[in-house]
Order: sequence, then structure tokens, then C-alpha cells
Amino acid sequence: MELWYRLVSLLPFSWAEAGSLYFMKNALLAILVVTPLFGLLSTMVVTNRMSFFSDALGHSAFTGIAIGVLCELADPMWAAAVFALVLSALFTWVRHHTDLQSDTVIGVFSSTAVALGIFIATFGGGSFTKFNTYLIGDILSVEPAMIGLLAILLGLVLALWVTSFDRLLLSSIHPALAGSRGVRVALQEWLFTAAIALVVTLSMSWVGLLVINSLLVLPAAAGRNLARNMRQYHLFSVVGAVVCGVAGLLISYYVGSSTGACITLCLALYFLLSLLGRRTGA
Amino acid sequence: MSVHRHGGDDCKGACCLRVSGLGVVAEGRTILRSIDLHVHCGQIVALIGPNGAGKSTLFKAILGQQPHTGDIQFERSGGAKTRPLIGYVPQSPAFDRGDPVSVLDLFVSAAGTWPAFLATPKALREKVRGSLARVHGEGLIDQKLGSLSGGELQRVLLALALEPLPHVLMLDEPFSGVDVEGELQLLRLLDELRRRYDLSILLSTHDFSNLADYADKVVLMKETVLKVGAPQEVMDSPEFAAVFHLRLKEEG
Repeated sequence: MELWYRLVSLLPFSWAEAGSLYFMKNALLAILVVTPLFGLLSTMVVTNRMSFFSDALGHSAFTGIAIGVLCELADPMWAAAVFALVLSALFTWVRHHTDLQSDTVIGVFSSTAVALGIFIATFGGGSFTKFNTYLIGDILSVEPAMIGLLAILLGLVLALWVTSFDRLLLSSIHPALAGSRGVRVALQEWLFTAAIALVVTLSMSWVGLLVINSLLVLPAAAGRNLARNMRQYHLFSVVGAVVCGVAGLLISYYVGSSTGACITLCLALYFLLSLLGRRTGA
Repeated sequence: MSVHRHGGDDCKGACCLRVSGLGVVAEGRTILRSIDLHVHCGQIVALIGPNGAGKSTLFKAILGQQPHTGDIQFERSGGAKTRPLIGYVPQSPAFDRGDPVSVLDLFVSAAGTWPAFLATPKALREKVRGSLARVHGEGLIDQKLGSLSGGELQRVLLALALEPLPHVLMLDEPFSGVDVEGELQLLRLLDELRRRYDLSILLSTHDFSNLADYADKVVLMKETVLKVGAPQEVMDSPEFAAVFHLRLKEEG
């Protein structure tokens, strides 16, 4: 971290001066670690048409937190991670073993999870306000240990991407074709949803549940407008996520608003520009 | 009997795909029963039948994606038997036309040796170009899948199915969504490929208009095989009339 603080002090911002405002420097590092992660996952969320699903996962993560609080765990985040993993496995199984449309399956899971979460959170007349931090998120509260965890997660997702992106892409283009070439489509899908589940639960306390899905949808939605192949798609999505993440953090610092919301608004602007870019390009 | 002239009811030691006594029961319902089928190398066999006749299920069973009874084997000309290596051309995929997937991306992801989101090494790119050359589609390599015409897409999927070179080529409704010009082009291509690679080609179709021009054998099926023979022979048969007359009545 010392190295990072020294690096940041080279930046021409008042908060970047040595020996002050560590929370801001931590937040910047966290953004630089987590936005590529979202940019990467975002490409397949959009291509697989799973934006509704990632939203549902976010909601269920909240239920996991409520369960964790109920069990009086020191850090309810872990309960949320386990809960989201179980849910993603269950979801993939139901999708492959019934003929329900996936948006119906998601609707069933999402509403059940949210209802369960609120039920547990307010059980016995409990107050809901302690959960507000998860809804809005507070990036300035992020700690170095958490950043380390996120960096590990980034490494894991990168490894997943290098080893199984091809199979994931082929499954999404044509499941039967992928199956005919020996790809285990359901397994690929589960690995991917599990990755989303972990990323969402580990980052929700400082991005905020209400806007986390925008990070999983908007970067690739914009990249899709501009790209002609997978390489460009990843480039536009990841770079867009990082730039908007940093810009959102700076804006939120200077205007004093929620960072998650600022990042989302930057991404929305990026998407709008990409739409215009496509029109003039075509 | 003309059945023998068109491939016969047995492989007889020749190179051929043999399906025998195949049956599929799903959720208590019989979908396929006692299907016997032979597709000789170098032969084009067209599978016809009404919707819900079980054509797609039969394809899935041959691909090994559908639990079934009975036997599916590939016999080499000497008589040695193996599991067939199938090249599968699926029905036009229902992907979003806006997805930024290029033809190259599709091949790279199917090969599975190099992550498709990184820049493609030159050797791999040349290999893909070579695959596409088999279907006269080298120029399509950097096109987005969504920008291809129906016929171009079928050719690309065909090139993909030929990599690696299979024993049997299976095409599911290859002419749906393809215009007349594209269909003729595709047929010429299939004819060329079966000669060059001595492939067994099995395809399903709803389009009977030029069946007689390309198919060596037509298999009429509904749950089981109802009639096998030369195209004209099958289309003139009472079984053909019964199956498709019935379908018209149901749809009307």
C-alpha cells in the first residue's frame, strides 16, 4: 500500500498529497481493481442476455447479508457470498431441467430471495435501516484488506476467462453446436454465474446494490455498439468501465455525491455517446 | 428393389453410418421407435417429415446428446466399427444480430486453443482462412456473424462443421432462411464436398422442390421410418400423401 500511496502523491490533486486522505487513495485503487472485473464480466452478461439475472443476484446477495446478520456472523458478507453461489447453481439447474423461460425463472428466484431477505431483516420487529449501506454503498469505506481480496478475485476471473472464455462464447452463440463439440454448456454457465455472484457480493457494500447492475450491463452495452469483434468488444468494455469508474470517483469527491451513482451516470453517458458513434459509423 | 440401388438396407461392408433399432422415450412419451437408417459415404440422404416427427431428436441422438436405445455406429470400408465423428450444422442460430462476434471469433472459440478475446495469432488466422476456403468463404473472415446473409451463415457453419473433418455431416434444416440463389450455391457446395471428402451427408428439410436433384435417398419419418427410397419414389408413395395430407388438415 505504501508504494501505492507514494504513486498517488504524484497526481496533481489536492487529496493526493502525501500523508492525507487515505480513504480516497484506497477508493481509487479499489476502483482500478474492480472496474476491469466488471468490464470483463459485463461482456458475457450482455451477450448471454443475463442482465436481469445479475440484477436478481444482487437482490439475493442482500438476502444473504440478512441471513448473515441473523446468524450473528462477524462479517455477513461471507454468508451472502455462499448464498449467492448456491442460488446461482440452483438457477442454472432449474434453467436446464425445466422448460421455463429464463426470465420467468429469474423472476421467481429474485422475488423469493428479496421477500426472504426482507422477512429475515425485519423479523421480530427489526429495523431495516442498518441495511441501507448495502443499498446505496460507500466506496470511501473500502479497506486495504478488501482491496487485496478483490485483486485475488480479479486474478481468478482472469484465469477463468483465459481458460474457458471460448467455451462460454460458443455456448452463448449456439448451445447445441457447443454441445456437439463436447462443451458442457450447463457447467460453463454455472462457472460464469458463480463468478458474477462472487463479484457482486464482494463489491456491493461499497458500490451499492441499487446501482451495481449498471456496472455489469452498461460497459458492454456501450462496447457492443462500437465493436466489430470480441477483441474490440473487450477493449471498449474494460477501458470504458475503468475510465468511467475513475471519472465517477473524482466527480463524487468534488460534488459530494454517492460514488456508485456518479459512476453509473458516467457509464450512461458513455452508452449514449456509443449510440451516437454507431449511428455516424454506420 | 430400388432401396438397394440407393444404398440398401445394410452397410454391406462399405463405408457408412448405421443407425439400428433406435428409440427415444422422454417423459413417458415415445418420440422415436425402431429407427433403422444407413447413410453411405459420398451419399446425400434427406430426412423429411412433418413438424414434431422427431427429426431434431434423431439428430440429437446421433450427436450423443439424447439418451436412446438402439445402436449408432460408423463402419469403415473394411468393416471396422467406431463411434462416428459428426460434423453438425445447426439450424440458423438465434443469436442477436448486434452481437460483436466475427466469423473469426466463432472459429477461434470453437477450436478452443486460444482465447477469442485476445488478438488472434497469425498461424491460427491462416488456419481459419483455410477452413473458410473449403466453402469459398475466405472473404467473410472479419465479417460480423449478424451481418451475414442466410446463405453465407450456412456456409460459415458448414466450414466450421468440417473442422476437424468428420465422418458424417449432419445439417438441420440448412435451407430455412436461405434465398433461392443461396440454396443452389449450398447444394453445389455439398455435392463438391461429398465427392472430395467422401462424406456421408444427412440433412433434414421442409423444402421438397429440388429434392430429386441432389438427394440420393429420401427418408420419410414420423416417430419411425415410414418410407425409404429414391426422392420421386418416396414423394409418390401413399405414405407421403398420408403424412402430409394429415398435416394440412391439422393446420387448416
